[in-house]
Amino acid sequence: MFHISKRGIAAAAVSALLSTTALAGDLVLNTDTSDPAPKAAFEQLIKDFEAENPDIKVTVNLFDHEGYKTAIRNFLTADAPDLATWYAGNRMAPFVNAGQFEDVSDVWAANGLNDSLKSAAASMTIDGKQWGVPYTYYQWGIYYNKDVYKQVGVTEPKTWDEFIANCAKFKEAGIDCLTTGTKALWPGAGIFDYMNLRTNGYEFHMDLTAGKIEWTDPRVRETFAQWAKLVEPGYITANHAAIDWQDASALLVQGKAANFVMGNFAVDIFKKGGMTNDTLGFMPFPEITPGIPRAEDAPTDTIHIPAGAKNKEDAKKFLAFVARADVQTKMNETLGQLPVNNGATVGDDPFLQSGFKMLSDSYALAQFFDRDAPAEMAKLGMEGFQEFMVVPANLDAILERLEEGRKRIYAQ
Amino acid sequence: MAVTGVGTDQRSWWRQNQQWLTPWLFLAPGMAMFAGYVIWPIFQSFWLSFFDWDGLGEKRWLGLSNYSELWGDRAFYTSLKNNVIWLLLYLLAVPAGLAIAIFLNQTVRGIRLYKSLFFFPFVISQVVVGLMFSWFYAPNFGLLYKLTEWLTGTGIAVLADPNLVTYGIIAAGLWPQIAYCMILYLTGLNNVSPDQVEAARLDGAKGLKMLWYVILPQLRPATFIAVVVTVIGALRSFDLVSIMTDGGPFGSSRVLSFYMYEQALSEYGYRMGYGAAIAVVLFLIMMVFISGFIWKMIRDEKEGY
Repeated sequence: MFHISKRGIAAAAVSALLSTTALAGDLVLNTDTSDPAPKAAFEQLIKDFEAENPDIKVTVNLFDHEGYKTAIRNFLTADAPDLATWYAGNRMAPFVNAGQFEDVSDVWAANGLNDSLKSAAASMTIDGKQWGVPYTYYQWGIYYNKDVYKQVGVTEPKTWDEFIANCAKFKEAGIDCLTTGTKALWPGAGIFDYMNLRTNGYEFHMDLTAGKIEWTDPRVRETFAQWAKLVEPGYITANHAAIDWQDASALLVQGKAANFVMGNFAVDIFKKGGMTNDTLGFMPFPEITPGIPRAEDAPTDTIHIPAGAKNKEDAKKFLAFVARADVQTKMNETLGQLPVNNGATVGDDPFLQSGFKMLSDSYALAQFFDRDAPAEMAKLGMEGFQEFMVVPANLDAILERLEEGRKRIYAQ
Repeated sequence: MAVTGVGTDQRSWWRQNQQWLTPWLFLAPGMAMFAGYVIWPIFQSFWLSFFDWDGLGEKRWLGLSNYSELWGDRAFYTSLKNNVIWLLLYLLAVPAGLAIAIFLNQTVRGIRLYKSLFFFPFVISQVVVGLMFSWFYAPNFGLLYKLTEWLTGTGIAVLADPNLVTYGIIAAGLWPQIAYCMILYLTGLNNVSPDQVEAARLDGAKGLKMLWYVILPQLRPATFIAVVVTVIGALRSFDLVSIMTDGGPFGSSRVLSFYMYEQALSEYGYRMGYGAAIAVVLFLIMMVFISGFIWKMIRDEKEGY
């Protein structure tokens, strides 16, 4: 049932063969959930769906992550499946604007999803309509090594000043206070998101990523001034620009680094490296500007119906199924992530539990810089963040470049 | 009579024309392929470079504004500058290959083994070369990093340093390229006439003089090919950049071909028109070299080299 292919094109060819022979009652699902846990979760999901709907048969075309991002643009236009996984926020905007995704507001209305998936509704809505169904999300925050905290004799910081003070102690002990690996650029955007969310708040952050605020604005400069408190004294892992986030994870596991701003998917790597619930800690990013309501990054993964789908009726049934509380509970237990449906229950993993608690109390949720900002701006921004963390003195040039980019990109 | 007359006429038309027609018939399939898969896409790229297109929606006519944007694009100049550095440093592969070839061109026990060992880097894939060098340069555990740390106290992470990164990648690229030039020169050296070497020796030529006046002129065809493949290899360098740095840190190791790919086809790209404009510029730069080479080849053929 699962056709695994490394090359997106090969898989697209497979899907072309399959979908041209598809009969009513057949569904074709294209997905990039090729990692072990997501793959298992989808196998289970489809088995349960077929058990409930014996007349519908689901065929899955499994792509690898990177190949999928290119392949989706080909298969949506050339030979659309009935369902495709993707991401919420601005990441889905190009497909919505090009008329490639089906409006599924009726599924939301008929199944009361506006209520049960409320936390993700904003990121699924463009032009007042919903364009897909979210099935999972995960929290971002600071993962830290409890052993090195003990070794240096500091406690979990509550405020930014405490965090910086801790950093000085870690530096003395020869430990990187904050580690990251920005070879793939996006881990640096996680740090920026939190610096900006904590310095200026959610509304400002969303306006900035929506292109409504100038990058040379003094409030943006304030964000970078706070960030410079980490960069200038050298509290961030040197040479982060040449390593991947997995290499940075190794530094955290080995006790060479204390903190890591990351998404919950990294817990798996930390634990494989030998950390346990006793040595791995999690905390929300500390408060910078006092009194600002706490917002978090929580990227959402979604399923959509392509506009060219052949069996939209059954595809909508599938979306309604995926949105259900019991289905999301089961699925996310395998995924090791958080269900979006507020009637679902969260697995008893302590990191999931604390993430769930943190997100439920939070004022609002951002998707992530490269999902909130349009692709081109995201790339430009993430390069700028990386440059700032390597050469903080270039800040003026970086901000001017981003501002030039903003004027051009959002004008289109 | 009249009927057979027509028959002979037909046959004689083929007879009369087959001399010039046959080569074209044999060339036709190749030319059709070349036109369809090379020439036509070149014109398509030119055409596309006047549009704004994300690969999904409607194309929007922009005229020359992709090019005027390139004119003021800092990343474009970084890529162009890196391409020039690539071109200049990559040419070191030619003398280095020559030196190794001369060194290996002797008859001692096991020379075939040494030759194959030197040739080895050219056999392995560029991706593997890139990975090996990434590990060599890797911060914290790489061999070079450890070595510099041991010598100077602070390790140098070549791929994290915007000023060093391009040179680090070129060094990785030179490794297989030198091997390639070496093999070209080794075959060339086989054809060096022993009589001339003997005669030169009788006249008292030795060492560098012998190399410069007797050996090198006989290696001209090998030198020509070595320069051509090296120049073209430098201009289309892409795989090493993609594997080792992804153009980073913050775009400092981009080359034109990588920038084109990034703009047109990468995760955050899909600006087909802008990518096509970069491709056009790269094409024009390559054309300067390619027409130079072709012009020289035609001239040499006429002179009967």
